[in-house]
Order: sequence, then structure tokens, then C-alpha cells
Amino acid sequence: MELYIRPDYEVVRNESRCIACRVCERQCANEVHSFDPETGLMRSDESKCVNCHRCVSLCPTHALKIVKTDDTYRENANWEAQTIHEVYRQANTGGVLLSSMGNPKPYPVFWDKLLINASQVTNPPIDPLREPMETKLYLGSRKANIVRGEDGLLKDTLPPQLKLSVPIMFSAMSYGSISYNAHESLARAAEELGTYYNTGEGGLHKDFYKYGKNTIVQVASGRFGVHKEYLEAAAAIEIKMGQGAKPGIGGHLPGAKITEDVSETRMIPKGIDAISPAPHHDIYSIEDLKQLVDSLKEATEYKKPVIVKIAAVHNAAAIASGIARSGADIIAIDGYRGGTGAAPTRIRDNVGIPIEMALAQIDTRLREEGIRDNVSLVVGGSVRSSADVVKAIALGADACYIGTAALLALGCHLCRSCHTGKCNWGIATQRPDLVKRLNPDLGYKRLVNLVSAWKHEIEEMMGGMGINSLEALKGNRLMLRGIGLTDTELRLLGVRYAGESL
Amino acid sequence: MKILANGMHYSALNAAVRMSEENDIEIMNCIGQRYIGAGLSERYIDIHGTPGNALGAYLNGAEVRVDGNVQEATGDTMNAGVIEVHGCAGDATGYAMRGGKIFIEGDVGYRCGIHMKAFRTQKPAIVIGGRAGSFLGEYQAGGTIIVLGENLGGKPIVGYFCGTGMHGGEIWLRTDELTAALPEQVKSERMTLSDEAASLIKEWCARFGKDEKPYLSAVYYRLTPNADNPYRQMYTPN
Ligand code: SF4
Ligand code: SF4
Repeated sequence: MELYIRPDYEVVRNESRCIACRVCERQCANEVHSFDPETGLMRSDESKCVNCHRCVSLCPTHALKIVKTDDTYRENANWEAQTIHEVYRQANTGGVLLSSMGNPKPYPVFWDKLLINASQVTNPPIDPLREPMETKLYLGSRKANIVRGEDGLLKDTLPPQLKLSVPIMFSAMSYGSISYNAHESLARAAEELGTYYNTGEGGLHKDFYKYGKNTIVQVASGRFGVHKEYLEAAAAIEIKMGQGAKPGIGGHLPGAKITEDVSETRMIPKGIDAISPAPHHDIYSIEDLKQLVDSLKEATEYKKPVIVKIAAVHNAAAIASGIARSGADIIAIDGYRGGTGAAPTRIRDNVGIPIEMALAQIDTRLREEGIRDNVSLVVGGSVRSSADVVKAIALGADACYIGTAALLALGCHLCRSCHTGKCNWGIATQRPDLVKRLNPDLGYKRLVNLVSAWKHEIEEMMGGMGINSLEALKGNRLMLRGIGLTDTELRLLGVRYAGESL
Repeated sequence: MKILANGMHYSALNAAVRMSEENDIEIMNCIGQRYIGAGLSERYIDIHGTPGNALGAYLNGAEVRVDGNVQEATGDTMNAGVIEVHGCAGDATGYAMRGGKIFIEGDVGYRCGIHMKAFRTQKPAIVIGGRAGSFLGEYQAGGTIIVLGENLGGKPIVGYFCGTGMHGGEIWLRTDELTAALPEQVKSERMTLSDEAASLIKEWCARFGKDEKPYLSAVYYRLTPNADNPYRQMYTPN
């Protein structure tokens, strides 16, 4: 136990139910549970518990629960227990605090302050069971010139597009940060759903090349695993300039996590640290970005759309305006609540802006400048439900990326301990005994279930609004009203207050 | 096949190179066309004039020879092949290169060889005849960079911040005295050439018609990651 840090949770074992079967002991990679042969009872070392609920879920007699400790420091609204612990931890080790998953702080969630419209009387709702509802969409640049061939017929000059049957894709999560089985689940689900998953910056495992037409490959500052076949295998290429959970900083996968298989996929030696510098050191301007976009297009013969992913930061709208002129086909924006396999706590919790604000401002700016059709917009970080998707599209997005929600479908319990590499749910780990806990045959079905359910809900909400295609919902901010928002927030989001009629 | 490049847009030029039935291609009057040879694995491309940025990006085995200078980002994320430049190279040469070799007769600009890495049998190499600008070999994770220091004209052989964040690979500098201030992550030793470095230098000499002797018998400093002070920030799980 770390000096001064009292356990945050208590493992409560109902002794009258516990049969000392030792399932909890085998299931907890954090080694909380142990069997005491002298008394024949189970013991627990709560200081190691991360509250992942693995033992609770698997205990056959439901003898376990994890509760927040009621042990308390002297109450202090300024110095909460977590804040005090962080100081102790740093005084103990001198280290930078490392966390994972999205920003958990109680900042406002603007999705929850937006309400969706519905039709009444004058413009009747559409019944999605009876009427066709279009949730198919294309992502890419719509900047096509009208050119006629010698025969006088129109030539197809539309840049390459991604075709999605739902406005939802799985966001970038690298092999290394998540497991082989998690990747397999995402890839198979994307294929079945008619959408895309994203390799993240860790390369594409040789076994997954067969899902290439549903794969977006990433090119990040470390260029791990980037080579000709990798680029060619994909449906689209994403240049990662930033990530919502850690804007402005790079990545560092320690050598210990670079297993044989991860090293093959990243194309780096086993056991050596994988460092992604904070910037691409060949990109210091929009002109430089354009060069990377163009070189990727040249290398793949203009057959694939190029996505540029940025974190939502203060000047996102101006940056997006530059990107929309860089030749990129799609801009992906990642909000400050986006997940991560590891990020310094201070960055995760304090840097960036909400995706709702960034999206509204970027869409507005691109429209004002007459370049909205140059690019499609994809937003993530964090999109938690079909309602968030509908609101995002009404604010101006073409589609959404989901990461955390997808991991939840795979069994993640949001314990925010991915950086330890000991994910008890077989997701954020490379330990073979843990990885095999996630069965991709079931995992992919759960992802398909989730996205299919969201699709139905999206259709119902659209039908309710009297809208029968995503195209008609896109950027349709009149379908939204704000609640509990200030004038500034309403102005930035470009929506009216609830009750304000046309 | 000979291609007269003047006035040609880069995409037309590159398409012609890609689609050519012949393996050997000569590009005449090259005037700044970008991305020549991007991703190619089989061609031999001989360029006269000045190619534009990102020459040989993602190069995958093809060989490119340039009779003249090259601009920025030559050999970006190169995987295999050779780029031989009878002149100088601009900034960000060999960025994130994983394999293949780049030979430059003259100088290179800033940020050369950043994030170079090795993989299995692939060991990238850059041999520079003249001097290198600042940030040479930053974040280097593998491979070999050699700077021969011809025609320094009183300037240092490397600029500032050489090897910042280095965590693999090696840099050889042909110099009697190491004056560059190196970051903490880099260790320097005065050493005789390894066989591998010597053979790269011999290849450079052969390509540019130089006498090997003054290069092979010279004094070299070898820079490698400092094992006592690795690039690592100490993290505290929170
Ligand atoms: S870490 Fe997870 S499995 Fe271990 S005791 Fe805590 S809740 Fe149970
Ligand atoms: S992926 Fe695993 S370690 Fe990460 S938050 Fe979810 S359950 Fe915890």
C-alpha cells in the first residue's frame, strides 16, 4: 500500500453466502482476494482494488459488493480525498500522474442540456416501421467540379467516399492499448454493421487485413506500422494530429507492453519503448499538413479519403478551417471527454474543450466561409447514446465516433485503470490469461446489438421530428432547443432556448 | 523511359512513373514536382533537376537518384529502397524511416532522421557528406545516421539538440572534437568505425566517386542512447 493512501473502496463479502470457491481470487488480476487456509475464509487487500466489478460479476453466490469507503478525511470542499491522494502519490514517487479513460470531472455535459424536437399536427411524425428511413450516408469531400467528357456526358469527379449504413464508427484504439480480441470484435462488428473501425496508431495486425474494407488506418507522429500495404489495405487513412484525452501531447507505450505480436504490428523491435512525439515533426503548418495528406493520396493513387483528426481545443474552428483547405476529405474532432489507454491526469482533466461547442463552432465557421462541403465532420469524445448522435448530427456532424461506449459493450466497467495493463475484462491488456476472457464471438455480437439498437432509436427520433433522412437532419439546429444554458452557450451552440418558438 | 517534366503537375508526373511499362525511368527538367516515387517498390528513377517535397515518401524498395538538390521531407516513412542525392537535402529528411538507405552528397537541413526506427532485418541508414542542421536524430529509435562533415566552412558538424529523446540506433560524426552540446539522453564515445558503418561509408564513396581513405581512417564520435539516463518520464499510476 502506498504511504498515506487509504483504500477508496471496501470489498464487502457476505460471509453467510461465500463458499470460498476462490473464483474471485482467480479473477482479480490486482490480487485483492486470497484464501486463508487456517481459517478457511477469503481475505481481501482492498488497497489494490480498482473497482472493476469483475469479482462481483463472477461470484457464483453473489457474496461480493464493492462500496465506496465511508472512511473520511476532515471534510473540505476545496481539498477532496482524490486531490489529497494525488499530492500524496506525487510526494511518494516524484512522478507524473497517469490516468486512463475519459475526463471524469463534473464539467457540464452539453448533450444533456439540449432537447430534441418532435412534430405535432402541422408536420406529422413519420412512422419508421412503415416508411423508409435513410440512415445510410457517405463521408468525404463533396467538392466536385462539373466536367463533361468528349461524349458530352458528365464525368464522375467526386473524390472517394466512405459509405456507412449508420452514422456511427468505432474510434481509434490501437493494438497495444487494447487487446487482440477487442480488435477482432471491433473489426467483425464493423463489417457486419456496414461501418468502420479504426486501428489507432499501433499498426494493423496481419490477421485483420481481411477486414480492410471496413478499416480506417491511422498515421500518427511515430508512424508505427505505416507502410505501403498498410495504407493499401484500408478504406481510409486518418492522420492523427491530436486526441481529445490528451491534446498537445504525444504517446508513450512502455517497452514492457511491446509483446512479440504488438511489436510485429507496430513494426518496431520487441521490448523497446514506443514513443510518439507530441507533434509530427514534419508538420508545423497547414501547408505541411497538406503535404502529408497529398503524399498519402499519391501513395494510394487517390483511391481513399484522408481524415485529419484533431483534439477539440480553443481555436478548433480556425484550425478546422485550415484543414478543410488542406485537401483532407474528412475532419474528425475529438472532445475533451474522449477516452484513452493512458494520459497524464492533469492533461486529461484540464486541457481541451467540450465536443458540443467545438462541433457547433466548426460547422458554423466552415459554412460561413463557404467550405463546409470540402469536408465531412466526424465527432467523438464522448458520444454516449443514440440521443447524443442525433444531437451531434443536428449540430452539424456527418457521423460520430464511439470508443468508450464500444468498450462498455465489450464488458468494460470504466474502472479507469487501463494504464496498468491489468484489465480484468480482457480489453486494455496484453496478458494472455486476461485477453482470453473477452470472447470475440460474443464481443462482436454485443457491438452489433448496441449499434443496431442505436440505429432504431435514431430512426424513431428522426421519425418523430418528421425527418426521413440523415441528410435532412444534418446541421438542422432548429431541431434542438437548449435548457439550463446561458446566452453565451446558446450563441456558441447556435440553438434557441426551450420554449422559444419560430 | 524518359519523361520531360517541365510544366507537368506532380500527379500527372507520378502517374506516368507508376504506369510506365519500363522499370528504368529518367525524369528530365524536374522543377519541384512533389511525391515522386511515393510508395513505389520496383522502379529505378533517375531525376535531373530539383524534385519537390516528400521525394520517395513511403518508398518500398525502388531506387531514386537525383542529379541536383532535393527539398523537404525526402524519404518520409521510407520502408525500403535507396535515395541517392548528388547535392544537398532540405529539412526533415528521412522522417520516421524504417528501412532503406539515403545517401546525400552535401548537407542536410533541420530535423533529419527524426524518429528513425529499425524492425527485424530492416535497418535504415542515412549518410550525409556535409553537415546536418539542428534536431538531427531526435527521438531516434533505431538505424544509423552518419555525418561526414565535408566542407564545413567553419560551421559545426551538427546543429543544436542533436539526438533529443533518442532511445535507439546510432549517430556517427566524423570530427576530431565533439563541440555540440548533447542532451542528457545521449552518450558520446570516440570510436573506430564499426564494420557496418564502414561499409555504409564505402557505399557513399562509391556512389559519389570519392576516395575512401580519408573517411575510413578519420576520427569518429558515436552517439547512442545513454543507458544511465533513458528517455523516460517517471509515471505514478493514479
Ligand atoms: S479490482 Fe476488480 S476484481 Fe479485484 S477486487 Fe476490485 S472489483 Fe474485484
Ligand atoms: S478497459 Fe478495462 S481497465 Fe480500462 S476502464 Fe475498462 S475495464 Fe477498466
